[in-house]
Amino acid sequence: MNNVLVLPLIIPLFTAIVLIFLTRNISAQRWISVISVLVNIAVAGFMVYQVHAEGIQTLYMGGWLPPHGIVFVADMLAALLVLTTMVVATGCLLYSFRTIGEDREKHYFYTFYQFLLAGVIGSFLTGDLFNLFVCFEVMLIASYALIVLGGTKRQLRETLKYMLINIISSTLFVAGVAYLYGTVGTLNMAHLSQRIAEVEQVGVLSVIGILFLIVFALKAGLFLFYWLPGSYSAPPIAVSALFGALLTKVGLYAILRTFTLIFYHDTGGIHEIIGWMSAATMILGAFGVVAYKDIMRIFNYNIIISVGFIAFGISVATRDSLDGAVFYLIHDMLAKALLFVLGGMLIAGAGTDKLGGMGGLMRRYPAVGWMFFIVALALVGIPPLSGFLGKVLLVRGGLDEGHYWLTALALASSLMVLYSLIKVFMAAFWGESKEMDQAEPAPIHRSAYVAAIGLTVVVVAVGVGSEWVYSLATQAGAVLSDPSLYIEAVLKE
Amino acid sequence: MELYMALAIGVLFAVGLYQILSKSLLRIILGTSLLTHGVHLLLLTMSRLKTGAAPLLGEKAAAYADPLPQALILTSIVISFGVTSFFFVLAYKAYQRLGTDDMEELRGREDE
Repeated sequence: MNNVLVLPLIIPLFTAIVLIFLTRNISAQRWISVISVLVNIAVAGFMVYQVHAEGIQTLYMGGWLPPHGIVFVADMLAALLVLTTMVVATGCLLYSFRTIGEDREKHYFYTFYQFLLAGVIGSFLTGDLFNLFVCFEVMLIASYALIVLGGTKRQLRETLKYMLINIISSTLFVAGVAYLYGTVGTLNMAHLSQRIAEVEQVGVLSVIGILFLIVFALKAGLFLFYWLPGSYSAPPIAVSALFGALLTKVGLYAILRTFTLIFYHDTGGIHEIIGWMSAATMILGAFGVVAYKDIMRIFNYNIIISVGFIAFGISVATRDSLDGAVFYLIHDMLAKALLFVLGGMLIAGAGTDKLGGMGGLMRRYPAVGWMFFIVALALVGIPPLSGFLGKVLLVRGGLDEGHYWLTALALASSLMVLYSLIKVFMAAFWGESKEMDQAEPAPIHRSAYVAAIGLTVVVVAVGVGSEWVYSLATQAGAVLSDPSLYIEAVLKE
Repeated sequence: MELYMALAIGVLFAVGLYQILSKSLLRIILGTSLLTHGVHLLLLTMSRLKTGAAPLLGEKAAAYADPLPQALILTSIVISFGVTSFFFVLAYKAYQRLGTDDMEELRGREDE
């Protein structure tokens, strides 16, 4: 029992409720939001420290011992992801201050922001499958509101599709829960893992596993990503940054958790299917980054490629590749948030999101240019930046297991990432400014710079201190590759 | 009893999916709500249709029905109620702003 575990969920929930009463006072809303996320970073950091020092932490809600009550479990993966989420949330929050617009701020933007965080963090920490569904819904309902807030024609149109696809996947989620409960009679993840090991009939479990794979792949944008590029380019950049960095990664976390803890026995080659899906995701994502000429679409297809890349690690499922997947997941959340923030500054500076209309921004915004260059290198995986170690581990895991084609494909997709980001860099920062007649370039506010510089520092620090982060990531990978550690920690009493 | 329940679930799923595949936004929303009803029935049926005992009567009770499925369904109903009402409001607002409820006309445009 450790009551700290509930704090990262309670803090945003409580903050959101307080913020509802302060809609007219924008500066108070901003201050309270910032203080809340900073406190939560401290709490999450403390949680990582505790898990590192004392092993997996659990909290039984209301004192009901598992498998009967709802249990919160912080293993290293969950704790690290909560910490990363809070860092990303702080960056995006600072960026949103001057870019989101007063109208949205008065209409509960910060409230929905905190509710979204509560849902995301709850999904990471919960140890119960139905509770995961509930946390998903909290996150999704907040995301519906955030994506449509502002009510432009484009937002309304894209939100309809985004909602529909998510309602269908949630429905399938409940159906999967129903089948699983009917088959093994429990929903506690650790208990599920134990019972499934005892059950004889593997056929039904394969079907259930595939059903969950479809549900989580829809949320993560793994192969079933056709809703993503349109939906994520509709809202303001601060919101897209948050979605791109967090929401797809929650789906990936669910895949990682479900298929390492619950369905890790041989259930009809599900890992092979994940491998095929990741290959298709990387190929189709690579087409996307090459084909489009506006920044938001290029970035959105970059999200898709990285989802495929992490799924590649999950499908190989050796010790190295799971460590790599954890490390790369953390790196990608940070780097994608930074990429979107910088993209937002670019679009604000150039006044357009088409590559054709940009040029010569290096003279006006040298800092943005250099940071963009750094994040591009980090995403491709140039040492000593944060993408390098994760990529090395994933590739090594793939080669050790003999997945040569998949590994080659993963490396080729990184080249496409490099090509697309350098294309953006050259078009935006080099050459002559297209609109020299414009008297004053749009000012980029200080808080946006604080967000971008802060995230850059974190990305570089994760890269330079990768030795240290790696020791934490291996602790997470150890639990993923040996589920009995998780089961013992949850069901010990 | 299980057979009738299975048939009802199947019909609800089929009708719901058919509605979702149509063009009109209103039909799509009704389709999602039928689909959720089907799933709730599925949850009820999958956890065995037992009769003749209350959900829980203390630790010494001779027989009791499983209380968990009801709790799950209740949670799920509340969530789907909220989501459906939000979806209706969104659809109404979209109809007002965009002037159509035909999904064919709600595709994105090339210039965006």
